[in-house]
Parts: sequence; C-alpha cells; structure tokens
Amino acid sequence: MEHIRTTKVEQVKLLDRFSTSNKSLTGTLYLTATHLLFIDSHQKETWILHHHIALVEKLALTTSGCPLVIQCKNFRTVHFIVPRERDCHDIYNSLLQLSKQAKYEDLYAFSYNPKQNDSERLRGWQLVDLAEEYKRMGVPNSNWQLSDANRDYKICETYPRELYVPRIASKPIIVGSSKFRSKGRFPVLSYYHQNKEAAICRCSQPLSGFSARCLEDEHLLQAISKANPANRYMYVMDTRPRLNAMANRAAGKGYENEDNYSNIRFQFVGIENIHVMRSSLQKLLEVNGTKGLSVSDFYSGLENAGWLRHIKAVMDAAIFLAKAIMVENASVLVHCSDGWDRTSQVCSLGSLLLDPYYRTIRGFMVLIEKDWISFGHKYSERCGHLDGDPKEVSPVFTQFLECVWHLTEQFPQAFEFNEAFLLQIHEHIHSCQFGNFIGNCQKEREELKLKEKTYSLWPFLLDDQEKYVNPLYSSTSQKPAVLEPNTVAFHFKFWRNMYHQFDRTLHPRQSVFNIIMNMNEQNKQLQKDVKDLESQIKQHKNKQTDGVLTKELLNSVRPESPALKTSLCLKEQTLLPVNDALRTIEGSNPADNRYSEYADEFSKAEPAVVSSEYGVARMTC
Amino acid sequence: MEFSELIRTGQAQAELLRGPEMPPLRGTLCVTGHHLLLSPGPQATPDLWLLLLRSVDSIEKRVAGDAGTITLRCKDLRVLQLDIEGVEATLDIARSIEALSSLESVITSFPFFYRPKGLRLGEAWHFHPPERYYKRIARETRAWRLSEANEDFSLCPSYPRAVIVPRAVDDDALARSARFRQGGRFPVLSYYHAPRGTVLLRSSQPLTGRQKLRCAEDEELLRAVLAEARPGARGFIVDTRSAQAAKQARMTGGGTEAKAAYPGWKRLHRPLERGRPLQESFVRLMEACGDPEQSMDRWLSRLDGCRWLSHVKEALSTACLAAQGMEWEGACILVHGAEGTDSTLLVTSLAQLILDPLSRTMAGFQELIEREWIQHEAPIFLLFLDCVWQLGRQFPLSLEFGEGMLLALFDHSYASPFGTFLCNSEKERCLCEVRTRTHSLWSGLNQPKEQRKLRNPLYVPNPLAIWPSVEPQSLRLWQGLFLRWTHPPEPSEVAWEKVWQIATDQKTEGSQPTDSASEPQP
Repeated sequence: MEHIRTTKVEQVKLLDRFSTSNKSLTGTLYLTATHLLFIDSHQKETWILHHHIALVEKLALTTSGCPLVIQCKNFRTVHFIVPRERDCHDIYNSLLQLSKQAKYEDLYAFSYNPKQNDSERLRGWQLVDLAEEYKRMGVPNSNWQLSDANRDYKICETYPRELYVPRIASKPIIVGSSKFRSKGRFPVLSYYHQNKEAAICRCSQPLSGFSARCLEDEHLLQAISKANPANRYMYVMDTRPRLNAMANRAAGKGYENEDNYSNIRFQFVGIENIHVMRSSLQKLLEVNGTKGLSVSDFYSGLENAGWLRHIKAVMDAAIFLAKAIMVENASVLVHCSDGWDRTSQVCSLGSLLLDPYYRTIRGFMVLIEKDWISFGHKYSERCGHLDGDPKEVSPVFTQFLECVWHLTEQFPQAFEFNEAFLLQIHEHIHSCQFGNFIGNCQKEREELKLKEKTYSLWPFLLDDQEKYVNPLYSSTSQKPAVLEPNTVAFHFKFWRNMYHQFDRTLHPRQSVFNIIMNMNEQNKQLQKDVKDLESQIKQHKNKQTDGVLTKELLNSVRPESPALKTSLCLKEQTLLPVNDALRTIEGSNPADNRYSEYADEFSKAEPAVVSSEYGVARMTC
Repeated sequence: MEFSELIRTGQAQAELLRGPEMPPLRGTLCVTGHHLLLSPGPQATPDLWLLLLRSVDSIEKRVAGDAGTITLRCKDLRVLQLDIEGVEATLDIARSIEALSSLESVITSFPFFYRPKGLRLGEAWHFHPPERYYKRIARETRAWRLSEANEDFSLCPSYPRAVIVPRAVDDDALARSARFRQGGRFPVLSYYHAPRGTVLLRSSQPLTGRQKLRCAEDEELLRAVLAEARPGARGFIVDTRSAQAAKQARMTGGGTEAKAAYPGWKRLHRPLERGRPLQESFVRLMEACGDPEQSMDRWLSRLDGCRWLSHVKEALSTACLAAQGMEWEGACILVHGAEGTDSTLLVTSLAQLILDPLSRTMAGFQELIEREWIQHEAPIFLLFLDCVWQLGRQFPLSLEFGEGMLLALFDHSYASPFGTFLCNSEKERCLCEVRTRTHSLWSGLNQPKEQRKLRNPLYVPNPLAIWPSVEPQSLRLWQGLFLRWTHPPEPSEVAWEKVWQIATDQKTEGSQPTDSASEPQP
C-alpha cells in the first residue's frame, strides 16, 4: 500500500476509445491494493487488475484535465481524463509501481484468498496429473520408460523431474546428449501416439557449431527412431527460419547435420523468434487502436503487422508434424533454440490435431500443463509478471491460443470448449491470480512453494464449466479423430473477440452461443418436466382416474413454455451469465457506432460539404 | 427461332474435373436449349445437370491432339472444366454454348419453358404486390395516396403502375415532376416509418442542368412531404454522389436540388461506388479468392486493394445515416444518385432492414426485394446481399432468413428457372407477360422442402432497430459466397444442421404442453 497516495479521484472522465467526437462517461476512480476501479454515473464498474497493466502513459495536459492512458495485457485500453494534474500524477506513479512487482511474493496469487481450506486447495492442484496423462497415452511401455535422470533437476533445471525417454537410451547417453543441447534440454517424449507407435519428442538446439558432434546425442536420436517399430526414419523439425538457425552456428549452436545422424529427415519450418512476434503484435495493436480506421488501413495494417502470417506459420508447422505421424508413421523431434517457445507451440498444437482428448475442457488443461508449464515455457518472463527485461516479453502463448481459436472456427463441433474458455485462460496467464503460470519452470515453482501458497486455476474454470461449453460439440462426430485444417490464406481471420474483447461496440449484438446454450438447457429442462409430469400422472391415475386433474397438471407448466419462445433473446443474459455480459447485449444504439457522428451534420446550419471521410484526426492511442 | 439451329453438336464424351479431392466424372455431355448436362451412362447414377447456359459468363476453349478442354466461368462464381474427346466435338460444343448463353431475348429464356410439378402458373405472383403495402400506408397515414398516373408507364417506364405519393399532389403535378427527373423517376415513397411518422423517399436526380432550371411541382411535392409529416418537419436529401460529381452532372443536364428552392430540405453527399468501379472491385475480389496458393501477405494486400469491403462499409454507413435521420432526428429522407436505380435502392432497402422488423421476416424481405429492386444483375445487388449478410452476422437472431436465402437470391438473380428476376423494369415485365408465362421465384422458395436451407433457426422477432457496427474490424469477408466453390464447407454445414436440430427440439418440445392442453396460444 505504500505506493498508493491517492485512493479516490472524483469527476474523472472515461473516454470512448473509438469515438472521434470525444464521447465520455464521468465517474469516480478508486485505487486499491490490487485493482483500479472506475464507477461511472450509471454505477457500471470497470475493474482493472494492476497485473494486467502493460503500459501507463500520461499525455500532455488539456483544457479538460490530464489524460491518462492505460493499456492492458488483455487488450483493454482505457483513456481517462483526470481533472487535476496532481491527482493524475499520483495515480500514474502508483500504477507504475503497482503494475511492475519486483518479487514473486508480491503477486496477487500470494494474497488471493477464495475461501478454500488447505485440502480443497491441494485437491485443486491435483486435478491435472501428468503421470496419469502419460499413462493415458500408453507410456511407459516396452519402448518408452520413465527416466529418473532429472529427478533432482541435475541434468536440466528447466525440465520437469519426470521425463520419458526411449527404453534403450541409457543414462550416460542422456547425460551426454544433454551436454550437447542448449540449456541441457535433451530430446524427451512430449506425446506418444498409441496406434501409430510414433512419438513427438522435443528438445533444444544442438551445440553443433560448424562441425561439433556428440555421439551420445546421435545415439539418443537413433534410440527415438528405434522406439518406433513402424518406421526407420524420423523427422527432426527445426521450427526456426533457416537463416536464424545458421546464424546460431557461429555462436557454437545450430542444428543437426544430417550426415552425422542416421535415418533423420531434417526440416526447417520457419517460425520467427520472440522478438519478431512481439513487434508484430505491437504493430497489430497500433493498427486496430487507430481512431477512424478505414477498411483499407485496416487490411494494409494487418498485412504489415505480419501477425496472421506468423499464425499461419505455426499452424503449418503443427500440420506438418501431425502428417508425419499420421501419414508416414514417423516419429518427430521438434526443437527451436531453447525449446520452450516455438517448440511448445508446435508440439502442443500437433498433439491437439492428433488427439481428440486435448480438445475437451480437461484435456486442454492437461495439454497446457504438459507442453507449456511442465516443459518450462517461461510464463513469468513472456508475460512480464515481474519488472524485468522487456525484451523477454512475447505473445507466444497468445499465438497458441489464437491457433486453437482458428481450429475451433474451422471445426465448430470438434472442441468441447468455446471461445470464452480461451479468453479466460488468456486473462489468467497475465492476472497472476492463480499459481499455475507464475515462474518460468517447475523447479522455480517448487521453490516458490506455489502449491502451498497459491491456488490452481483449473478447478475454478471447471466450477464454471457451463460458461465454457461448446453447445455444438459432438465427441462422436462422424469426422475422423485427426483434424486436418485448411491453411489457405483466406481461412485466417483477425481475432476480434481477443484483440477487441473490451470494445463492446465492435461485436455482434446477439450471441449465437448463448441462445443455443439456453435452448439446450431448456430442452433438457422440458424433457425433465415431461418425465416428471408423466410419472405424476401415473401416480394420480393409480389413485383416482380423473381427467380434470391431468389437465390442471399440464396447465401448470404452460406459463413457462410460450413465454420461452418470445423472450429468449431478451432473457438470455439472466439465464446464462457469461464472463463478459456486455458482449451479448441485445439491440443496439446508433450512438455506439461511428456513423452516429454523422449526426453532427444533421444539426449543422450549412449544407454539408463532404467532410474528409471519418479520420479527421487520425491518432494512435 | 429454334434452339436446334444453334446447337452444332448435341453430345460428346467428356470428363468433368472435380477438384483435387474427387475423381473426375466421365459421361456423355449434352447441350440442350437451356442446359448443359452430363450423363454418366446407363448405370444408376442420375444425369448431372451442370448448369443453366444463361449462367455462363465466359468460355475458354483449348485443343491439343485429338481432345479439347472447355473452361466455363459462371455467374454464380463457379468454374467448370470439361475435358472433351475430339477436336471437332470440343469446338462445336463450345460454339453451341457460346451461342445459347448469349441469347438476348427474354422470352426464349428458360423460365418461359420451366413447368415444375406441384406449382401452378400464375401462383405466388400475388404474394407480394407492392400495391398492398402502399395501400396499407395510405390507409394508416391518410397523408399518402395510391396513384395510377403511371398506369401505362408513360410517366416512368421503370416505375410500377401504381406508386404512392403525397395526397396533396395531383397526377398532373406528378407528370411535371416526372419530366423534371431523370428517367421520369419522380420522388415516391419507399418506406413509412410509423414509430416516428417519417418517410423514406427515392427518386432520380433533378434535371436542373446548366441553367439551374426549377420545377414548381417537384418543389411542391417535396414541400407536401414535410407538411404531411409534421408541421416544421425537416428533410434530408441523401445524394449518393460526391458534391463535386453532383455539380458536374449539371453539365450533362442533371444536377441537384437547389437549397433555396426546397425549403426545409438539406442535402448530404455520401458518395457510393457503382457501375464500372464496383464491377472491377468485384472482379478483383474474385480473382483474389480464386488463388489458394498465395501467401498471407498477398491475400491481405489483394483484399485491401479490391476495396470490396470498403464499399460494404460505405453502403452500410449511408443506410445507417438515412435510418438515423428518420429514427433519431424525426426527419424525412429522400435518397437519390443520378439515375436512382442502383446505389439509391441499396440505401433505401438497407435502411428499411435496419429500422423495420417486418422487413426482416421471410415474407417481408421478399416483399422488400419485389418493391425496391428492379435490376438484380449488377454487382450492386450482390453488394446489397453482402450488406444484409453483415447485418445477419451482427444480429444473428434478428433475421428470419439465413445465409442460404441470400445465396439463393444471388444465384437466381443471375440465372434462374423462375421469372422473378427477368427484365429490368415493370414495363418490360408486362410486355413479356412474365407474370402469366413464368413461375415466381417465391413460389419455388416458399415450398416447405426449401425452408431448412433458407430459414434462420435462431430467429426471434426483435422489435428494435438494429444498428450495425461499421468498423473494419466488424466487417467480414462473406466466405460463404466468395469462397464457396474453393472451400470445402462440410464442418460448418454439419454444425448448422446441429443448430437446426437443437432449435427444432426447442420449438417442438416448447410447444408440446401447450398443444396437449388443446388451447392454441395467440
């Protein structure tokens, strides 16, 4: 609390982000230890978690006050005008401090208390059990075994303790290989395809430089391909662009030399690095934050940002991987530089294409725990949880979620969860409200005692499961279990519900998902009613046969049914609260939309000379 | 004229290529007076009706060795490739298709020969007579009357026989106003917005010319409109040309309403693209959509370059402006461009969809199209359908018809066995006796078996106006149309089937208790 000087400021204006006529709401701004809160004159509350704040800017003083612009990691952008400069300055300074914590222990998760006892909390952490998951895949088996080499994090600090390796790979081979790989991240099992007996393995780049070799590493790769009885060769996918991989050779790193490894097929897939991705997203946000954006600027901005190109690259890599397993029965080893960003993207997305389990709500949690959390995707650095190196921040996991969203769009019935689920997970990788995403690897998490001091996100999502269910999901869909997405350029769309999730006016005003969910619920309820009534009728008939009674009974349910039909759309919000009710608002208002600014012309005295279209003032937030 | 004179060769052996996923289909290719069909042989497989010849947009032929290839580009955006045995046969088939597909005459077109089972000629033509709509307004407002001044199409060949005009203006005045407007399209009512008592009118440009001519009757007509609406009512003229283009039109005899001559009316210019630039935009979009190999950057740059979505945005914004004028400002709106037959209709029909819940029903939408659209072929009608699709995406519960309806309208507007979209004006339709000699599209579409394809299972009547977002982030490429022949749509179609199923369960179960209680609800 020592950072908070002013806790309450009145007469603050919240500007409409896209309005070119400076439309605003007036209200009171509160600063708490964890949140910034704005309550407008309609008593509508806007809560912003300090950890969600990516950037606070104080703009030049205007006649109406001092503008304060806050950009959040969940893509909310708010623009306040604080009447007095001193208040603005205080809040600005407080937010700077509060949004960038120096130590893990100051993160929200360590103070968040959802009123659960210790055993409930522990059960929450046990919800996802990776040992169970490997068992589900069918390991250990005659070809793959659990290795205890990293039990004490001795070989690789950023890997989990439990690792699965080919049975014929001895410990010296593993140790030798790990010394030849960046950060000791030697090849281990990520996913095992039981029917094909083929594996997805992952690692970091070899320290091959221009000519170095490592026999143990060569042995380990051979062991992996031997563990697959169906195919003698295996793929090694370097997910980097060829040039980047080659440049790494000068630093003593690099990629596998096909001459030294028997039976490998080496392949670059060209996903760019974290820095390119960070600046791509930055460009994307600049474009879509523009006031008075024209269609043309939007598409040329989308093109320049390159964001969809990167999404397509990740998707293509995952498809390549899935095909190698399905069509060629070949095992695949995936790596990038350190094997925790692009490698996580490609392995997890590839598994998701192959295995319908990962398309369920629980399975998706397991997938994230396995390929991202346990294998050391550096959440705290990539999400900038602490005040650290801004060059480590990168939207790698966001890209993964976006790829999954594209798949849900192409295969509307293949996923048990809906878009809200993806958005909610995205919300919490930055919120630091739960322990799952804090820290950069399992070792660090254990040292932080996260399982004792914080809560796991997953049980909370499961408690709210009905919000995240895709009503169209059909697990027994006639389609084959493997997804074969189409990655022709036309199929990639801008994910408006992610990057504009708080910009209410840009969204459809009616939610198909909600109405279908409600219909489903009501169908179930009605079926139950019918059953109940039938059994009641039976009972009554047994007692006394009286037609009048039956009719009364039927009438008693009637008020529900006709009303349903007419009021569905208006009732939907009360029937089914969604995480952001605003997104489902029924009806609409011209004042919400930019053409309403034409209205000025209605009242102008002079006949309109063509106003320069829309973007009179083209400012970037 | 006999079609057989144009058919050089009726038959040839051919193979239809069906994309990478499917094997080509072999059979006998037949050219008939109106159709191209492929008969796979004596086996059980039925003949494949490839297309109506009138839907062929362009034909390319190539011969090599003793075989040839014909590529047909169709107006419904399909591309068909046929490999044909024999050079002569290929050339003859191609010539036959060329000759038959370019027949100009309306009365030789297929609708005049189409006699499906189960439909009676003359049926459904009375489904949506504009007169009924106009009569209702005349009755409700008492300020408007149905005029038969155009009974013989002498005032305006492109208007129907009956039009609705202010009660205070007599037929002679209408005739003078018609002479003052291009093509005789004097201001008539398009929509009466009952909640605010305001009206939407359309016309063509006034023929002011270089000399800035005036027409007292035309001025009187517009004065009467305001006077009938409300004392002191204001009006806005939404001109779909830029101020400069409107001014330039004076050089060729056209022009705009002078401010001083029309008190109470104010002009707003909202330039909308039409004609050639729109056609080019459409062609460029289709080129972009036909290339699955292109990179992401190339695709986005072509999507930007073709400007189609900009046209969608401008059309929706202008319609919203007109609708807002009526709903929020309580003003009367007159829309016109130059001829008043393309972008004008785009704006008036979209404004109605935004404001009028009735026009969002299946019947109301059909009525709207009958009333507003006189020419359906230009890409402007497609632009209209695209804008409606955008509305449907943003308000997925508020339109009674679904994407299938819009696609059907698109297909039938180019080539159809039905007569509804034949001819470009009411006058022509009368001359060709379209109503007595062809079937109405609505009789085809309103058959029960078509409904699942055309209706929106999620429809819930919504009494409010629907104001769409016109931000570029809110507008989408209509993949269901532009990519429908390149993109395998199965997953989404299966999903749609499931939506239907859930919605149908809902309705049948929801109504069960009511039915068994045997008291129909109003």
